[in-house]
Amino acid sequence: MLTTVVLIYLSIVGFLTIKAYKTTKNTSDYLLAGREIHPFVMAMSYGATFVSTSAIIGFGGAAALFGMSLLWLTFLTIFIGVFLAFVVFGRRTRIMGLNMNAHTFPEFLGLRFQSKRIQGISGLIIFVTMPLYASVVLMGGSAFIAQVLAVDYNIALFFLTIIITIYVIMGGLKGVMYTDAFQGSLMFVGMTVLLIITYYKLGGVTVAHEKLTDMAVVAIKYFGKAGHTGWTSFPAFFSKFWHIVVTTIILGVGIGVLAQPQLIVRFMTVKSNRELNRGVLIGGVFILIIVGVAFIVGPLTNVYFKTHPEFGKIAFFAAGKKIADIIPLYIKSAMPEWFTAIFMVTLLSAAMSTLSSQFHAMGTSIGRDVYQKWLGNNGNSVIITKVGIVFAILISYFLAWGLPYFFEGGTAIIARGTAIFFGICAATFLPMYFGALFFRKMTKAGAYASILSGFTVSIFYIFFIHLKESKPLMLCKAIFGVDSLALGSMWVVVDPLVVALPISIVATIIFNRFGTALEEKHVEMCFNAIKK
Amino acid sequence: GVAVPLGFILCILSTLLCVVYGIMNWNKGYE
Repeated sequence: MLTTVVLIYLSIVGFLTIKAYKTTKNTSDYLLAGREIHPFVMAMSYGATFVSTSAIIGFGGAAALFGMSLLWLTFLTIFIGVFLAFVVFGRRTRIMGLNMNAHTFPEFLGLRFQSKRIQGISGLIIFVTMPLYASVVLMGGSAFIAQVLAVDYNIALFFLTIIITIYVIMGGLKGVMYTDAFQGSLMFVGMTVLLIITYYKLGGVTVAHEKLTDMAVVAIKYFGKAGHTGWTSFPAFFSKFWHIVVTTIILGVGIGVLAQPQLIVRFMTVKSNRELNRGVLIGGVFILIIVGVAFIVGPLTNVYFKTHPEFGKIAFFAAGKKIADIIPLYIKSAMPEWFTAIFMVTLLSAAMSTLSSQFHAMGTSIGRDVYQKWLGNNGNSVIITKVGIVFAILISYFLAWGLPYFFEGGTAIIARGTAIFFGICAATFLPMYFGALFFRKMTKAGAYASILSGFTVSIFYIFFIHLKESKPLMLCKAIFGVDSLALGSMWVVVDPLVVALPISIVATIIFNRFGTALEEKHVEMCFNAIKK
Repeated sequence: GVAVPLGFILCILSTLLCVVYGIMNWNKGYE
């Protein structure tokens, strides 16, 4: 049954890819899906790209450890990631992108500030940092396939990469978005069924929550020192768990979503603001179900594992202290066999929809933004982008192969890698992107300050302060003889975003004052048809 | 507690905001 379901799924993906391939005729089609994508396809593609295996397996597993406090991230992803992103940022991005004829996010920034260097540097930062995010999504998908099909992780990784490569290269952004919409629909069904079965198994909504609330003593017994107060309440204020939940999980991803290159480009694929207005409705409901279910079912797995005679312990220990194994283990042991097949394609969809967009964004960054525009090499945009995509896929593949060996805790890096990338993007791009959209007097100097300060502070913090990375990266140990320069303080668990983004905002405001104003004519062109 | 139920309510309210906004503006905003 599992094989049949997967084959049907892959056949539909293949059909959609061929459909996209046949209607992709020029650069605008390949890079921006011809600027005439249907609102349902756009909103589902945005949601499916945003939510990956990282959210379901990585953060779902994290919710099994930290509890339902992660529902605050669900709120932020709906309010900031959909409502503010579409209504406040998306509409201006679409119009300004059309005014300037921008095809990628770095190109949008470069044209707005009349600087090919800004376009090139932005593209390079995306190309260098996004493989980390892509590789952890690949890891999540491959680990689940390996577990369900009982095959080797490296074999699963190889075939998953090959399948995605084929349809991204062939179909361009049209292929990516058509398949995203199909995959997003599958995810919606899969996660809804998961929630219903979980509540049914545990005796209903309120009963299930009460059972989990009653287990607070168990949570405090194991994690009380770190600030755990139970799975249906928030961690103790300013405790270690509070810092991780609030700064890394809730703020890191909740704010970082606004500056994701692969999501921002979606705003430039629709014909008018009407499509964005309709997308708000579809996107809001989609995110509530997908992210909300992961963060409710995750904590509830503790009730299942603790009361199950085979396990008799909480989820974290039942999965051998591997956070990313909690949800797959729960699906395998608690769900009926027919649902395993459905969840298999749900997770395949989550992984493939995000990865295809990441590969497309990385390919356009190195191909169009760096090689073609910044370095001034002429050539066919589509072919150059395809070469860039292959290059990006190879880097992500080798990272996904090597990371489980390198980082302690193996696949725990899935949620962490996602948060790192979201944080770097927010600190590096958000002040500049916000300024580009809303401030006519934003200067090139302000834009440079945003990129350089945000990126530099983020990287410094990751390598020398934040213990989760500075310890395995070992550079701090090699230079200073310690795992972190802030050992013994709370800064070792505070997410880099919390420090890097405010510094980047302040630097942007200060340097913007010293910059030379852009030509009035150019600014008017950028803001054409945007209300003052 | 207070924080988790509040987070739950905010999830529902923000989704409703998206739904209402989408319906109210369904037909607005249309070389």
